[in-house]
Amino acid sequence: MNTIWALASVVIKELYRRKDFYVLFVLTALITIATGMVNFFHDPKIVRYVKDVCMLLIWVSGLLIAITTTARQIPAERESRTIFPLLAKPVTRWQVILGKFLGCWLATGIALFVFYLFFAVITGSREQHWPWLGYLQAIWLQWAMLAVVVALSLLGSIVSAAPSSTTTICFITVAGILLVGGHLNTVALHEPQPLQTLLYTIYFLIPHLEWFDIRDRLIYDWGLVDWLDCLLATLYAAAYTGLFLLLTWFGFRRKSLNT
Amino acid sequence: MKASPHLLLALTLAVCFTLATGLEPRAAGWSNRTKSNNVFSVLFGDGRRMFASEFFTMADVYFHSGYYPSIFDLRQEGTKAIVTESHGHAESEEDERNEDFLGRPKDWIDRFGRHFRITEHTHLEHSHEREILPWLRLAADMDPQMIQTYTVGAYFMCQHLDRPREAESFLREGLRNNPGNYEILFGLGRLYYQNYHDTNRARNVWQLAANKWYDRFKLDPEGAKENKIGFDGITVNLASLERDAGNYEDAIRWFQAAQKVSPAPGALQEQIDELKAKMAAATNAPASLAH
Repeated sequence: MNTIWALASVVIKELYRRKDFYVLFVLTALITIATGMVNFFHDPKIVRYVKDVCMLLIWVSGLLIAITTTARQIPAERESRTIFPLLAKPVTRWQVILGKFLGCWLATGIALFVFYLFFAVITGSREQHWPWLGYLQAIWLQWAMLAVVVALSLLGSIVSAAPSSTTTICFITVAGILLVGGHLNTVALHEPQPLQTLLYTIYFLIPHLEWFDIRDRLIYDWGLVDWLDCLLATLYAAAYTGLFLLLTWFGFRRKSLNT
Repeated sequence: MKASPHLLLALTLAVCFTLATGLEPRAAGWSNRTKSNNVFSVLFGDGRRMFASEFFTMADVYFHSGYYPSIFDLRQEGTKAIVTESHGHAESEEDERNEDFLGRPKDWIDRFGRHFRITEHTHLEHSHEREILPWLRLAADMDPQMIQTYTVGAYFMCQHLDRPREAESFLREGLRNNPGNYEILFGLGRLYYQNYHDTNRARNVWQLAANKWYDRFKLDPEGAKENKIGFDGITVNLASLERDAGNYEDAIRWFQAAQKVSPAPGALQEQIDELKAKMAAATNAPASLAH
């Protein structure tokens, strides 16, 4: 466990050494503050559009941080050849995978915490109420969803050599699942065979990341999701994360590390 | 012969300056963008109109607090709830059924996913209607010729948010962008009558709206048929105004005009009969007093 934690801590340090997080945070803050300063019909109580914009930016930033941080981990180790002394420690390949995953996931969690803190301060100062449990659910579900994304990106980084292609493919896949994934069953109903079966198969195979998006509940003040549902969704995310990590390990343990 | 670089530079600058003075007045007429003071028209040109209906739809999404069909949910495209509400109508049962776009869960993924989604059909109330205003403002900036934006925005500001000054300013902006539009004039008249209780101004504006409606559709019977609800609204409101002001003859005249286009002429006839009875009673009253 110490080995995995040591590997993870290196990734976390990387998060605050690199500029990605700061750039995304400053952009989010600037756009949100600028949006919030717009005066619509002299009514200072209008707030939902600010929450909407800020949450969208947090989601995009969260995905960008998770995917870009993860996609470059193993290719960077291979390119700089630091993977060889690492594996000679001895650290097993499974520990490398777990350490990298844990580091990326925790780093994303830290970034999310900062983003949500900003969100709470900005919207709370306008609304004068802070639904902390709602924020907690939203951040937890998003973080659980990002665990699947991080595991998927790690798998992608084993398959594809270049971090740029891994980032692009993962981003398209995740955006596709978030936007269309939940509607594939509706689309399939109106398609002829064998397209219908194909769409249904995809629908039942993909991780339904759209469940974890409870932005609307937060924006429109709809209250909390049942905690049991949160727990089940977390288990669902854990199952897919485990599956992707196993696939990554299968790919990585037989992979030649020479570039 | 060798030309000095300084002379060449001076010559080029002189040519540039001369061309600029000649071209500048012409260039101003090449595009309307330079005249515009709207940042969106400078950025997007006429392409901005594409976004306007999206922003208007966002206002409707906010009005439903997020309960809204996606492009994948098969649902008949009807009138938006904010428009229905601004016309003073409640949603019919058919509309309500149409809004139940989710239906029964299709599978366990769909069923479980609904625990995280908004699945309840509600409309904003208790002054939360203000949340739709930013989207209407953006829609108006994107497409200043989209009339519904002004009428819907003004309706919510007057009826739900008690902000008649802002509503009037928004409607006047709409009138500047769409001179003589009868729908905006109707909204303005309603504001004068219901919020400012200024009967004379309301009467004048509504009469102007009725004239504009007539001018617009006098040579277009098909258009008149499609837009008769607008004329119905203007004439019924004018009739009610005259009735409340005690001008029964004018009220009857406007109710009769409304009957020609109204979907419920019977109800209007009842009002006409009622007014005629009042007029008769008023005429008979001095006679009975004399006896």
